[in-house]
Amino acid sequence: MNLNGWIQIALYCAVVLALVKPLGSYMTRVFTGERTLLSPVLGPVERGLYRVSGIDARQEQHWLAYTGAVILFHVLGFAVLYAILRLQAVLPLNPADQTAVAPDLAFNTSTSFITNTNWQSYGGETTLSYLSQMLGLTHQNFLSAATGIAVAVALIRGFARASSGTIGSFWVDVTRATLYVLLPICVPYTLFLVWQGMPQTLGAYVHATTLEGAHQTLALGPVASQVAIKMLGTNGGGFFNANAAHPFENPTALSNFVQMVSIFVIGAALTNVFGRMVGDERQGWAILGAMGILFLAGVLVTYWAEAHGSSVLNSFGLTGGNMEGKETRFGIAASALFAVITTAASCGAVNAMHDSFTALGGLIPLLNMQLGEIIIGGVGAGLYGMLIFVIVAIFVAGLMVGRTPEYLGKKIEAKEVKMAMLGILCLPLMMLGFTALATVVPAGLAGPANAGPHGFSEILYAYTSAAANNGSAFGGLTANTLFYNSTLAIGMLVGRFFVKIPVLAIAGSLAAKKTVPASAGTFPTHGGLFVGLLVGVILIIGGLTFFPSLALGPVVEHLAGAAGQTFATGG
Amino acid sequence: MSRQTSSLFSAALIGPALIGSVRKLDPRAMIRNPVMFVVEVVAALTTVLFARDLVTGGNDLAFSGQIILWLWFTLIFANFAEALAEGRGKAQADSLRRTRTEMTAKRLKGAGRAYETVPGTALKVGDVVLVEAGDLIPSDGEVIEGVASVNEAAITGESAPVIRESGGDRSAVTGGTQVLSDEIKVRITAAAGSTFVDRMIALVEGASRQKTPNEIALNILLAGLTIVFVFAVASIPSFASYAGGSIPVIVLVALFVTLIPTTIGALLSAIGIAGMDRLVRFNVLAMSGRAVEAAGDVDTLLLDKTGTITLGNRQATEFRPVSGVSAQELADAAQLASLADETPEGRSIVVLAKEKYGIRARDMAGLNATFVPFTAQSRMSGVDLESASIRKGAVDAVIASLSGQPVASRGSNAALAFQPAPETGAVKEIRAIAEEIAKAGGTPLAVAQDGRLLGVVYLKDIVKGGIRERFAELRQMGIRTVMITGDNPMTAAAIAAEAGVDDFLAQATPEDKLALIRKEQADGKLVAMCGDGTNDAPALAQADVGVAMNTGTVAAREAGNMVDLDSDPTKLIEIVGIGKQLLMTRGALTTFSIANDVAKYFAIIPAMFLGLYPQLQALNIMGLASPQSAILSAIIFNALIIVALIPLALRGVTYRAVGAAALLRRNLLIYGLGGVLVPFVGIKAIDLAVSALHLV
Repeated sequence: MNLNGWIQIALYCAVVLALVKPLGSYMTRVFTGERTLLSPVLGPVERGLYRVSGIDARQEQHWLAYTGAVILFHVLGFAVLYAILRLQAVLPLNPADQTAVAPDLAFNTSTSFITNTNWQSYGGETTLSYLSQMLGLTHQNFLSAATGIAVAVALIRGFARASSGTIGSFWVDVTRATLYVLLPICVPYTLFLVWQGMPQTLGAYVHATTLEGAHQTLALGPVASQVAIKMLGTNGGGFFNANAAHPFENPTALSNFVQMVSIFVIGAALTNVFGRMVGDERQGWAILGAMGILFLAGVLVTYWAEAHGSSVLNSFGLTGGNMEGKETRFGIAASALFAVITTAASCGAVNAMHDSFTALGGLIPLLNMQLGEIIIGGVGAGLYGMLIFVIVAIFVAGLMVGRTPEYLGKKIEAKEVKMAMLGILCLPLMMLGFTALATVVPAGLAGPANAGPHGFSEILYAYTSAAANNGSAFGGLTANTLFYNSTLAIGMLVGRFFVKIPVLAIAGSLAAKKTVPASAGTFPTHGGLFVGLLVGVILIIGGLTFFPSLALGPVVEHLAGAAGQTFATGG
Repeated sequence: MSRQTSSLFSAALIGPALIGSVRKLDPRAMIRNPVMFVVEVVAALTTVLFARDLVTGGNDLAFSGQIILWLWFTLIFANFAEALAEGRGKAQADSLRRTRTEMTAKRLKGAGRAYETVPGTALKVGDVVLVEAGDLIPSDGEVIEGVASVNEAAITGESAPVIRESGGDRSAVTGGTQVLSDEIKVRITAAAGSTFVDRMIALVEGASRQKTPNEIALNILLAGLTIVFVFAVASIPSFASYAGGSIPVIVLVALFVTLIPTTIGALLSAIGIAGMDRLVRFNVLAMSGRAVEAAGDVDTLLLDKTGTITLGNRQATEFRPVSGVSAQELADAAQLASLADETPEGRSIVVLAKEKYGIRARDMAGLNATFVPFTAQSRMSGVDLESASIRKGAVDAVIASLSGQPVASRGSNAALAFQPAPETGAVKEIRAIAEEIAKAGGTPLAVAQDGRLLGVVYLKDIVKGGIRERFAELRQMGIRTVMITGDNPMTAAAIAAEAGVDDFLAQATPEDKLALIRKEQADGKLVAMCGDGTNDAPALAQADVGVAMNTGTVAAREAGNMVDLDSDPTKLIEIVGIGKQLLMTRGALTTFSIANDVAKYFAIIPAMFLGLYPQLQALNIMGLASPQSAILSAIIFNALIIVALIPLALRGVTYRAVGAAALLRRNLLIYGLGGVLVPFVGIKAIDLAVSALHLV
């Protein structure tokens, strides 16, 4: 841990915080249908799109209709993507002559990209054609992110509205999220990445002869355009197998920094959109505050753990920090920070091998995902996931002020609690359930590369990453098998929809309620007390669910490692 | 019904409660409580496994046996809390039931006094019965003829008799109460089994208790958490097998039961019953638990001015003579005019004259005086003496009488009193004083002697002592108070300012009240009010918490969702407090219960996995003696904490009227942080005892 590292972390937080208000203000205008700076240019495009698709932009939807639209949108997206992957061999833009993607891998990959997970059981440069990357994956990178934002905005409307039967129009929300938020940022962002040295070409792979005379194939492609949305939309699916550790996917320290900022920026700004739309910005800051505390705690632990290395490595004379699996151009601080950011948000891009982190350094990314990716989280998904915890926290402790629980003037009643619990339940079911399965069946046991607790962590990490829609891989796990492809895909689907649908149900129920005006007797939800309560509830409910699994994975590995004990492969 | 507050753990209650807690193990009853039902299921399963192991011979039978024993104790403790809460109500119900038994009724056969004697249970709605002095009123009804004094001690505990009469707002009578004097004819309004006393018995016994909306929501949360911990525990065997070992079922069960929110699950229904019980002890009957919860949520209180904010009567506070008349002279005349006036206002004039001017009471007979009573037509009262005639009354009426308009009066010297003597200067002066008094919220009472205006008596509404502070408390709790009065806006404003209410509704008609409630509700607020008259019924029904006075009409009592047996409208404030206390107790114990899990994990997880990974001993931060004693200690703590919290559940957490922020800070500190820390201490202490006693 050194000053340089701390400055990087502090600078990062400062830049993200500085962007919250301006972007929040802009996005609020976008989603409340007000005029924005870009309206003169994009307005005609937007209206044209509605006219072509026969959408009446003023026609708002009941939550069930909204949910129906979300599901329909995903089903169609899945069908298109699956078809592209299966047919890529006969489709154009395939200079590397990639063959058709296998059915189970295509199923896994399609699921992965429509759910904003971007779990990759494949290596991009060895599996996919440029068309698959661009038309298939990049396209879904935009839409899955826009869907997440749309659902979050619908939930915000639930809180902001009173006695309303509708929560907005999904078609309008998803169009505006793409057109006014994602695209305008991605275009200059892509150009910036190109400037930093990222390839953006439809040309074929380059064959090079190295100084030693060895022959090497340099994979290229339309990288920059995909990376921009991969980060901004917290998708995380790498163009190359090595993801953001690959020099073409993350060339410089500056590109690394900007990529980290772009992972958090929309999620953080959405808390401000929330505050503005419910009429009290402080509410948004309180939520961001709770996220910030959990984030900084995670950064602290991971940075500390990585900077201190492990006693096992030390015994081999490798003193100092743990540089295994890290890129020297980023170093320990930026790698640790990246790991926490990418798992706190539902991004899943990696610039270092999480598998090679120390036990505790790897525990934090795992825990971040297990909590449900609510620390900033995936675009949209982070906010609505956090609001589910808010509902639970308010319900548990809100009674203690002597009123039935209320949040922002909305009474939290049986329906909201039921839906919130459903949203919370599906994650441990997928994460722990599938891990329990994989640790006993031979097909599952064949996966991990390591024995002992670390192997256990590899399996746990995979299902956690899938269900949380993160998509980052611990590494070490051979996941491109029928067993893992299909179980992980199920985890991704359940983790996405069994949170989204309850969230929309909550939105509908809240929108229909009256708003009780705040008084001195109302539970205050904008101060430090509430932030502390929220963090406590998240750690107790979220954390305790996974305590046994963490104890058997990273915790025991850490304790054993401290005692100098290792676990032999195959043992 | 006994008014004494029985102690929480009196021997008379504990015995039946213990029996009840075993009887409540019936799964059909347990299923109402999902968390405890799950505990029962796992307890039963492990008992069966244990029995099998006993036969086939297994390891660690003493350890398993003890865990299972404590599982059953957990259940019995939970049931005990509920049985104890119910038992406290049952004691009250029994005394109610005694008053009801063996009642007979004199059912009238026609319009006359002819009647037949039938058992009280045979009465139907619409029957008319005769109730004579000494008779018990056989069922709920409405007085249709006569007036009687009634002893309602059976339901209110108040032995002073009350008057019940036909017509007006005091016509409702309650079955089981006793007529002391006179006789009344009562039309029965409640069928057997659904009378007030029946409902009261059902309520205090908890028999008709339905889960309230908040309880339902809380149960969903608890069930959800239970399922989360099912996942957390059910996945452990696989994880253990991966690590090359296995975990005994009994240990998994112990972890599971300690993690799920048994504390709040066990006490939830006791908290609800106890909340209801607190209201009953406070002489308020809530018709549903929902109403009690709503009381905690109230945003706006509508309070009748008279009786709630002010003492019922206006009192004389000052004599204001016109120029040329001394205050002493005015006081003397006013006192004379009031000597025979038995109204509270009249008496207050006599008292004021004595206190301020030392004017002693005089003997009316000695003065040869004739009292002229108040009539609605004259709007004046007074006295006719041999030498003089004095009148006091509404300013307009007295002035009108001076101008010689015909006014009914009985005095022999009436002609003397009403000489047309227009003293325009004095009239103007009187009017000015009167307006000034009215502006200040008082009522002016003009006094004239022999056709000459003397001045004005300042009658003032006396705001109840301490009521201002109560309203300030309510404001801190975020509750807005609105005073309802028939007074004109000027008077109302003055009293409202003095009492410190937030708003007022002057010259209020029942329609105005209803409109105000609807308006508040449209803004999302919950409204509480109390009322007694038939014309209050629509507003009582509309209000979220409508407290009907027991002295009120049947219509009012039917419309409200609470009945105040003492008919004290001030109680609305306490009812809100009780509602809040109920919700707070629920929240505090839920928070405590969930916060407890942290320590339990640190007790059981290292113990559980020690066989797989000895390194996990590092997590045994409490330094518990052995894995088995750690697990046993956690499960014992889990059971005992229920017993330890029963008093809190029944009494309710301390409630102070402070703002929500301060309340939350305090309760989070006690029940949140306390909930994290207490089990660390408790489990460690139990572990020391367990290892000292060599239980494992």
